[in-house]
Parts: sequence; structure tokens; C-alpha cells
Amino acid sequence: MRRSSDERRLSHIRDDPGRTLMCARGLHAIIPLVHLPGLDRISRQRQGRVIAGVCAGLARGLALDVSVVRLGMLLLSLAGGFGVLVYGGLWLALPVDDDPAPARPVHRVDDVAALAVVLGVMLVLRAAGVWVTDAVAIVGGIAAVGVVLVWGRSGGTESPARNPTAAVRIAVGVALVIVGFIAFNVLTGDLAALGRSVIGAALAAVGIALLFGPRLARLASDLTAERRARIRSEEKAEIAAHLHDGVLQTLALIQHRAGTNREVAALARRQERELREWLYGSPSSGVTTLSSALTRELAAVEDDQQVPIELVIVGDAPLDEPARAMVAAVREAATNATRHAGGVRVDVYVEVDDDALTGYVRDRGAGFDPAAVPADRRGLADSVVGRMRRAGGTAVVRSQPGEGTEVSLSMPRRRP
Amino acid sequence: MTPRVFLVDDHALFRAGVRAELAEHLDVVGEAADVDEAITRIPAARADVVLLDVHLPGGGGVEVLRRLGPAQSETRFLALSVSDAPEDVIAVIRAGARGYVTKSITADELADAVRRVAAGDAVFSPRLAGFVLDAFAGDRSPPVDPELDALTAREREVLRLIARGYTYKEIARDLVLSVKTIETHVSAVLRKLQLSNRYELSRWASDRRLL
Repeated sequence: MRRSSDERRLSHIRDDPGRTLMCARGLHAIIPLVHLPGLDRISRQRQGRVIAGVCAGLARGLALDVSVVRLGMLLLSLAGGFGVLVYGGLWLALPVDDDPAPARPVHRVDDVAALAVVLGVMLVLRAAGVWVTDAVAIVGGIAAVGVVLVWGRSGGTESPARNPTAAVRIAVGVALVIVGFIAFNVLTGDLAALGRSVIGAALAAVGIALLFGPRLARLASDLTAERRARIRSEEKAEIAAHLHDGVLQTLALIQHRAGTNREVAALARRQERELREWLYGSPSSGVTTLSSALTRELAAVEDDQQVPIELVIVGDAPLDEPARAMVAAVREAATNATRHAGGVRVDVYVEVDDDALTGYVRDRGAGFDPAAVPADRRGLADSVVGRMRRAGGTAVVRSQPGEGTEVSLSMPRRRP
Repeated sequence: MTPRVFLVDDHALFRAGVRAELAEHLDVVGEAADVDEAITRIPAARADVVLLDVHLPGGGGVEVLRRLGPAQSETRFLALSVSDAPEDVIAVIRAGARGYVTKSITADELADAVRRVAAGDAVFSPRLAGFVLDAFAGDRSPPVDPELDALTAREREVLRLIARGYTYKEIARDLVLSVKTIETHVSAVLRKLQLSNRYELSRWASDRRLL
């Protein structure tokens, strides 16, 4: 509930104009798309792309590892620039798909087969004369493997610190790229010294850009994400400071002035509770602790019975068996108390210490004489006391006519 | 003697509501809607108790206490707020308020709290009592100043009963003590809350910023 409204509020921040989907109505409108039986439609993909998303799209559509597709594309480029032509052609031909079907599992054997096909095509092209020199092809091949290793399958977006495998892969990749460039300079040693140093410098620049480009891009996008998160929390704090105070005040006033109209008071209280939860609630909205479970259960009782319940919790505990039993017993005692409280507040106090969970549920209703227990109160005693006893705890009901009633609950905590 | 009460709250509607509710019990002698108004009007009003909203334009209730504090020794402050954020509560108490009650309090309870503060006692809502128990329970490190940094067993007992929704009278009966003794215990806790330099106290308040 809370989360979805957050997202609605943020959608205008997230959908910046630069990301507006532009559907290319170019060649692919004329050329029927590659569609092999058993394979997904192939499309370009923005998610995880490096240049135009051609390789990412091919990998998804053909169920291949994206690194393999990129390596193949680079290797084919060595064959007289054939890979570059293929890439450009596909860039024009493939449509953009921003919401692709989920990726199918990748089989290693397919990857190996794809690389074999690439090598085969390279040999054919070499025979046909579409080729660079063998030296350049070998050295370039080494460098291509290095670059693909560095960029990884996610376009360099994973942190080496968090993933040791990625760190090793990047180290090996960097080494291969350096070896490749050194080998290139050695093998082309017959070039004029001037040309060599110019080419060397250019290659070094390209190498550095290839190695660190993705990382810099990631840094930039991280900064953007952080800024968005900050704007979002500032926005929320501002709403809290200016708006909520007034609304909460008004809701408090309504509860005061509702007089005997319990329905109005209960409605105002419910709105107050929901606003408070939205404003002050923790972002992880799961019910995993004693306090969150109690808050939720007692809110439900409040809504059902239209009697305000004041809950105070000291400490907290995970929602294990003893805690669940405590929550259930408090809920039952509170439900009963609201029936006898005469519309006046019910106080619930729960304390967590190392050894036990302790709970008190108190109403200021008519009370009763424990020696002459009315039938409905007998039910309370039986059910709450019985429930606590079965769970290994105790419950004591204390009451006097005119003094209200208090149920004391105690539950030993499980030793870890 | 009926205590003279001054209201500081930026919501006119709420001031009107409180004024109407308190009029039959107490003598409401003035109102202010922000910090500056409060600074200029409170000394002239010679109020016994100022009901002080925690959130106010111009710095909040803490700012009123800070600027007015030393000059107003005969006026006592009771914080009244819809905010349950512990850091706000602790800040206003440490700035010198004699107690803290939430706006969900009934008219009778509020009148009772005002009389108590006028008499020099402290007033804790069940929630504040819970806050304090929580704040002083957290750690097991030996207190730097035992006089200020830890609660006595009796003080804990009293706070626990407040958190359970007991009135001072009921607590006194339950513990077989006089109401005066209960008041002394609560005042002692208030003093600890105001003067203790416990690191945990401020850390606790900021940890629990979003309750």
C-alpha cells in the first residue's frame, strides 16, 4: 500500500524524457525479423547494453551468454571489419524491446557451438581475402578475449569488491589486453618509429577507455540514483514537517470532539494510525517482529471494536513461537477489554527482556468481582489463561467492581 | 487555586478545542501561534503552566524553552504534541519541559496533568514512560554517573505502571506508597532524563527517530 503510492509519486522522477521509448520504424518494418523456431524474437535490448544493445538482444534471443556473443562480434570485426558491418546492420534492423520475455537458461554447449561458428566464418572470410594480417588477428583476438572478460556479462556494472570471481576475471582480462597491445607493438615493429608511437598512444587511450569506461559510467549512474533517493527522502521529510502536523492535529481534535459518537472517533483514529504508519513506518514493511505483529493485530481490534487502544512496547523480539503466543493472547485480551471498556481507552503494555515476554491489557470499565465471575468474563479467563498455559506461559486476570480489569500475561522466551 | 494556563500551538482549531475543554477546569490566560508570539506574550501573561506544542513555526517548542527558560522560573512547561518521535520528545524534555502528553489525552487527564505540573511535579504519558524504560534499558555498560545514568528498581516499577496506564493514585495504592512518593520518583526520573549525559540516550533517540 505504502510502497505502491511511493512509486506512483516517484514515477515522474524516474521517467525522464531521455528514456522515452523510441520505436525504430526502419528496416525491420520491411525485412521480416529473424525468427527461428523454438527461439524468442530477437530484438535490441536497452537493459545491460554496451553500445546499442545488439549483443545483449542476440544473447537473450539465442539463449547464449552475452559475453560469448560480444567476443564473437569482436572476433568477426578482425576479419576485415566484418563484425562491425554485422553489428551496424543489426542495429538498423532490430527493433527495440524494453520489456523482453524472461531470459531462458543458457547452456554452455550452445556457447561453444556459437564460438565454433564464429571461428568457421572467420576462416572462410580469411580464405576469401577479407582479413587483416594474421599477426593482427591473433593479437586482436587475445585483446578481444581480455576486453570481454573485463566487461563481463553485465557490461561492467558489478562491483569487484562484492564479487571475487569478477575481480579475478577483471585481472585476467586486463592482463590479456595489455599483452595484446604489447604484442601488437612488437609484431608491427617494422613500422616507422613515429607511426608506431602514435599508434601506440592511440591504442593505449582506446585500451584505457575500454577498461575504465563502464566503471566510470556506473559511477555516474550510481550518483544519479543516490541523488534521486535523497530527493525522495527530502520530499517525504518535507511532507512530514508541513502537512502531517496539521492533519494529525485535526484528527486528534475530531477524536476529542466526537463525544459519544464512537464511529466518528474510530474513523479519525484509524486515519491517524494509517498516516502515522506511512510517515514513520520503517521501509521494510514485513511483520517479522513482536512489535510489528502487535501493532497490526491491535489496529485490527481497534477497527473492529471502535475503541482506542494505547500500545506501549519496551524492547522488541523476533516473531518466534513464544512471541506469536503472546501476540495472540494480547489480541484476545484486548478484544475482550474493548467490550467492557465502555468506549474508553484500553491500555496495552508489552515488555521484552532476556528471559520473558510480559504483557498487560487494561480497561477502565465496570470491572467485576473475581469471586462471582460473570459468564462472559469466565470465557476470557478460560480462553486466555488456557491459551497461555498451553504455550508454556501464565495469565492472571485481576479485577474489582468499579476499578476496571487488567490481564497480566507472561511467557518465558526460548533459550537460543 | 486554579492554575493559569497559556496555550502555544500553531493550529487555531486545536487551541480553540483545548481552550473549550479546559475552560471548565482551569483558567486559560492566553494563546500564541508561533515562537515569537510565545516569547513576547508568555512573560506578560504570568501563567503557571504553558501547554507547549512540540512543532511550531520558528524553531519549535525547544526554541521557546531555550529563549524563555532562565527568565521564567515561575512558569512551568508541559509539552503537548501529536508527534511521537522520541527525539522530539527527549529534546523538549531536556530543554526543560516538566512533562510530555500526547494530544489523544482526555480533557480530564489534561486538566489533571496541568495541575500536577503547576504543583512542580512531572507528568509522563504511558508512551513517554515506555520511551524512558527503553532508553535506560538498552545497554549493560556500567553507568558513568550512577546518580544520573541509571534508574533505580523503584523508579522502573513506577514507570512500568505508568506505561500500563495507571494513574499516580492507582500506582500509589498498588505499591503501597503515598502519591507524594510516586511524584518524587517521577520527578527524579525527569531529572535524570534532563541531566544524564548518557551517550545511549541521544543515540537511542536518534536510532528510533522514525518510530
